[in-house]
Amino acid sequence: MTKAYDIAIVGAGIVGAACAMECARNGLRTVVLERGFSGCGTSAAGMGHVVVMDDSDAQFDLTHYSRQQWIKFRPQLPATVEFDACGTLWLAADEEEMAEVYRKKAFYEERGVRVEVLDGAAVVQAEPNLRAGMAGGLRVPDDAVVYPPSATHYFLEQARKFGAEIRFGVSVKTLLPDGTVQLADGERVHSGRSVSAAGPWSPELMAGLPVRKRKGHLVITDRNPGFVRHQIVELGYLKSAHSSDKSSVAFNIQPRVTGQMLIGSSRQFDEEDDSVDHAILDRMLRRAIEYMPSLANLSAIRVWTGHRAATPDKLPLIGPSLLSPHVWLATGHEGLGITTSLGTGRLLADLLLDRPTEIASEPFLPSRFAKKEVAHE
Amino acid sequence: MTDPAFQFEVVIIGAGPAGMAAACAAASSGKKVALIDNTPWLGGQIWRGEQGHPTMPQAQKWIESVRRSGVTVLENTSVIAKLEEHKLLAEHPNGPREICWQKLIVATGARELFLPFPGWTLPGVFGPGGLLALVKNGWPIAGKKVVLAGSGPLLLAVADGLKKRGASIVSMGEQAPRERLLRFGLRLLRHPAKIIQGLGIKKRLLGVPFRYGVWPVKAHGGERVHRVELTDGQRSWTEECDVLACAFHLVANLELPMLLGCKVSQGFVMVDEWQATTAASVYCAGEPTGIGGADSALVEGRIAGYAATGQLDQARALFAERRSWRRFQAALAEAFELRPEVKKLASNETIFCRCEDVSFERVRNFSGWREAKLLTRCGMGACQGRTCGAASQFILGWGIESVRPPVMPARISSLLIKN
Amino acid sequence: MSDGVQVFVNGRAVVVAPGTVVAAAVALAGETEFRRSPLGSPRGPLCGMGVCMECRLTINGQSECRSCQTLCETGMRVQTHD
Repeated sequence: MTKAYDIAIVGAGIVGAACAMECARNGLRTVVLERGFSGCGTSAAGMGHVVVMDDSDAQFDLTHYSRQQWIKFRPQLPATVEFDACGTLWLAADEEEMAEVYRKKAFYEERGVRVEVLDGAAVVQAEPNLRAGMAGGLRVPDDAVVYPPSATHYFLEQARKFGAEIRFGVSVKTLLPDGTVQLADGERVHSGRSVSAAGPWSPELMAGLPVRKRKGHLVITDRNPGFVRHQIVELGYLKSAHSSDKSSVAFNIQPRVTGQMLIGSSRQFDEEDDSVDHAILDRMLRRAIEYMPSLANLSAIRVWTGHRAATPDKLPLIGPSLLSPHVWLATGHEGLGITTSLGTGRLLADLLLDRPTEIASEPFLPSRFAKKEVAHE
Repeated sequence: MTDPAFQFEVVIIGAGPAGMAAACAAASSGKKVALIDNTPWLGGQIWRGEQGHPTMPQAQKWIESVRRSGVTVLENTSVIAKLEEHKLLAEHPNGPREICWQKLIVATGARELFLPFPGWTLPGVFGPGGLLALVKNGWPIAGKKVVLAGSGPLLLAVADGLKKRGASIVSMGEQAPRERLLRFGLRLLRHPAKIIQGLGIKKRLLGVPFRYGVWPVKAHGGERVHRVELTDGQRSWTEECDVLACAFHLVANLELPMLLGCKVSQGFVMVDEWQATTAASVYCAGEPTGIGGADSALVEGRIAGYAATGQLDQARALFAERRSWRRFQAALAEAFELRPEVKKLASNETIFCRCEDVSFERVRNFSGWREAKLLTRCGMGACQGRTCGAASQFILGWGIESVRPPVMPARISSLLIKN
Repeated sequence: MSDGVQVFVNGRAVVVAPGTVVAAAVALAGETEFRRSPLGSPRGPLCGMGVCMECRLTINGQSECRSCQTLCETGMRVQTHD
């Protein structure tokens, strides 16, 4: 029986949208099934990082590959996507973190990524609102910031142009082993293969999936153009991101083209609900004020939460699931979904078409969790 | 550990008529009561300026009563978040305050409904109530030409107040049709005080053109408004002015009750006969339960204050009076119902979200508020969607979504809680 | 007036009656534009009750103050956002 679609993608967040765009562009008959509207889940809640990372070779490969795609896309992105090549400034508060700056420099330079080491004086000159006494930092000038909801919308528009069908207000119940998607209202969407891009909700569609919700908080300020020039991340972020502690905070701030700033970040496991946790918000803001004291006087317009999709090894799941060769995954991107959306899309399309991938795909295959006991390190 | 100075048995948020009445009723029980307001004054919006310059005996009586009641008044205190079930976080110039309560009475009042129309963002365009409040606090109006438009009993009261302070009232235009307002006038026979009030106003405004069934087309000007174009649906005309006072009656301030978990229906907080909301130990009185003005708010406030302190007989004794004011509320709502034409005041180019400068054209095609917000930034500015959100509910039929802290923009330092 | 309050609006001295809000002092100083919108349009107070955020000014160096809800105090320095 000829199926109506080659690929049915569940979830129209930025990852699902990028996957739809790449699949459709490559001639796969694609449908996207979304219960809300474009980017209404995690993509609406988080910061818009486009950043290279070096926690592992695999993470570097995917983020670097993705960042290249973003830079290629840049000329055609509409203004609403707010692509801002402001660069990232990794901050070292002490000599231990400064050693980390040099390690990163060596790592990136070996791989052809432009970076610049700043000493204590230079880092404050680059960001005058930083407190005195910083040890220094690493600037990554080709990193950028985008506005995810608009980027998601744009990718879906592109997917449509290539012939994909996008269905909103559609709730998915089950991913059947033959690639068919069963909707909550009983309708069956007949596709050759299904792809779950449902982010933190993907375990609802596939029992036993090694994806856990990791809650975050963000604060948006009123307009203060020029207060912050780069996207700034403290190197202590890595201690926070790697920790399996129930909760941690790390200073992270991002300018928006409007002059508003997003202040983060927090991480909590096992917090299902989305209400604001004032205790962790307090910790997060105190951390931010430690780095930029004059933040204390800025006006906070809103505080909100979101959930990231976290895997045990910090790498997303891209490829055929353990359930069936017709049920695929593009999920588990934790805090790097915006960056790696485009790379994920290309990787997924290549794998679906059984073509050589442009970066090694093995580290992302869901099969890596086949026999190992699942443990979040 | 909360400072014992901020631990109360009853906390009332909002020091307008409802809040002051609730405070006095609650205080009569002997319990420890706090009355919180985010302005430096008692009186709320409707009795703005009464604390400094007494003009209304009713307002004076209540301000006096609060002062004598032993209630702790916390002014310049803006409640921004719910920390725990019985603990609020509030912003204050001297630092954040954590306020503990056993019973809570929300009396956050109402604000004017602004419907976008061409030129509405020009300096010199105000809400009528807002303009009078500013004038009472020193805004120069003597000798200025004022046009009033929009809807609501406030238009007359404001015109009266402005004229007393030397403004030149050019004209008043009410969107409601004449027949409806005449019916309302007849209904007022049940509320003699209101008639006397109304007649007094009419006398002072003799000679000022008052038209029914008119609404604004455009406010003209460069740096500020110079001229207003109005229409009755058939013909249009312009009037020169220095100031345009235009708003379309009132909408309830629901953000804080919603943050506290109170259920809302048809734009108002749901309350039972004791003014209790669906949130445990939380009461609500005044405009958030139904727009009825000061008299309605006073009786609801008293009922809430008595009920929250277990003085049920005193509360019950006021039920009949409240029934009477509820009928007035219903008559008010019917008389000033907004006609379909005022849903179409904005053109595509009209700025819909003032804080983020988003045009109507960009907003109107979405299916809901959240999607429009995320993709256009409409409602994501400093007013937290209060101005454009209320307009979108009326014009586009969109619902309200959940409320996030801070309830009002707050300094980041105000979000730091003591441990 | 013997008990007037002197404030400075964009550097200019203005004497106002006690109980005057900063927004009114700005109007008394003859200014109509309080701030500019993101697209550069002139804006002034709209709601008069601390809700619309159009009246925000810098007062004594602190930005984003709602001038319609702030009482004038002697020596206050008020800057409109040009």
